[in-house]
Amino acid sequence: MSRLCVICKEERASVKRPKTGEKLCRNCFYHIFETEVHCTITDNKLFKSGDRVAIAASGGKDSTVLAHVMKTLNDRYDYGLDLFLLSVDEGITGYRDDSLETVKRNQQQYNLPLKIVSYSELYGWTMDEIVKEVGLKNNCTFCGVFRRQALDRGAVMLNIDHIVTGHNADDIAETVLMNILRGDIARLERCTEICTTGDGRIRRSKPFKYAYEKEIVMYAYFKKLDYFSTECVYSPNSYRGHARAFLKDLEAIRPSAIIDIIYSGEAFQIKQDVKLPTQGAESWIAERKIHGEMPENIATMLHFDQLQIEEGSRKNESDKDKKREEGEEKGEKNEW
Amino acid sequence: MSLKVNLSFNGGMELLFNNLKQKTVEIPASMNNSNPTTMKDLIRWIRDNLLQERPELFVSGETVRPGILVLINDADWELEGELNYEVKEADDIVFISTLHGG
Repeated sequence: MSRLCVICKEERASVKRPKTGEKLCRNCFYHIFETEVHCTITDNKLFKSGDRVAIAASGGKDSTVLAHVMKTLNDRYDYGLDLFLLSVDEGITGYRDDSLETVKRNQQQYNLPLKIVSYSELYGWTMDEIVKEVGLKNNCTFCGVFRRQALDRGAVMLNIDHIVTGHNADDIAETVLMNILRGDIARLERCTEICTTGDGRIRRSKPFKYAYEKEIVMYAYFKKLDYFSTECVYSPNSYRGHARAFLKDLEAIRPSAIIDIIYSGEAFQIKQDVKLPTQGAESWIAERKIHGEMPENIATMLHFDQLQIEEGSRKNESDKDKKREEGEEKGEKNEW
Repeated sequence: MSLKVNLSFNGGMELLFNNLKQKTVEIPASMNNSNPTTMKDLIRWIRDNLLQERPELFVSGETVRPGILVLINDADWELEGELNYEVKEADDIVFISTLHGG
């Protein structure tokens, strides 16, 4: 039969790899997928022995597969990492409460310590309450900024050195496209970085940077991993939705499109002598006014800051500045 | 003449089918003149007979929307001829959305 795995040449092929077109049996597919992630980790020297590493776990497919693969590789290659699951409870009824149940099951299945930090505990607000207050216009922007900060705070509580997120190749290619479509050259340069360091201490990285979504989903399906797959009740970011649909159309015609777009993003460099607008909050606001879209974001953010002040929240001025700066990172996909 | 096939909808796909995750359905062995039923016919049949809402999230032209993975008897349908695969009695056919959540 012509359907044999191209590697072992014994088993029947079950997957056609999008990146290479190779026909693989399940076991060779697992091996290749895991080994590629291992190479991504070692080539980029993401960790060192003894690191305390938190897996940002949403219960969705990417982070569930990431937890499984990180645990597998840590055991197989003796990375010497202390692994943790770190989840954020945004307070979204009918969505996050259910997905956190999945994370709790993962905690048992992978035998990893789990820490959940919640918006209500950190900020005194749940996403449900925020949406009631600000409506559905910019809620995803808020949620992304808050989640990023919540993960950092949770990581500090656990004395974490490094946070890994489940962003995959498709997510990163989408972000490259979106930054091009928005003319956002500064983020375009940054968005393909595999590892970033926030304010000093905690590193963040994306071990699935080169892993296709199709492979992640196939891996989860064949391994029967327990993941949660409901769209957030507060609706997806429609701009990203269009970029995603476009990317999927391209992938259907030419599967290498995803990795090619990432390479293009990586190769994009601005000449040393070209001056970019400064990235302070003021210039960010000024710059965004041109587009006519973001001022609402800013207004909503300021409004929210105001609400927090009125609520006598424990946030101080420097926290607010930080939050606005972190808002700049929103080029990244919101989900983990 | 009819065929019984087992359909599954995963990864958020089930939401378009009123939370239906699995169903064994009986479909005609031939839908297009006297030609055997293919995946192309089956996808149209599902759209017309099972889909509850927003067909554009399931089909795109004659095929499934890009981003939906299809497995035929636990193998990637890209290895099986995709739309031209001739559906057989007792086939297990799985549709998985990759477009949901992270």
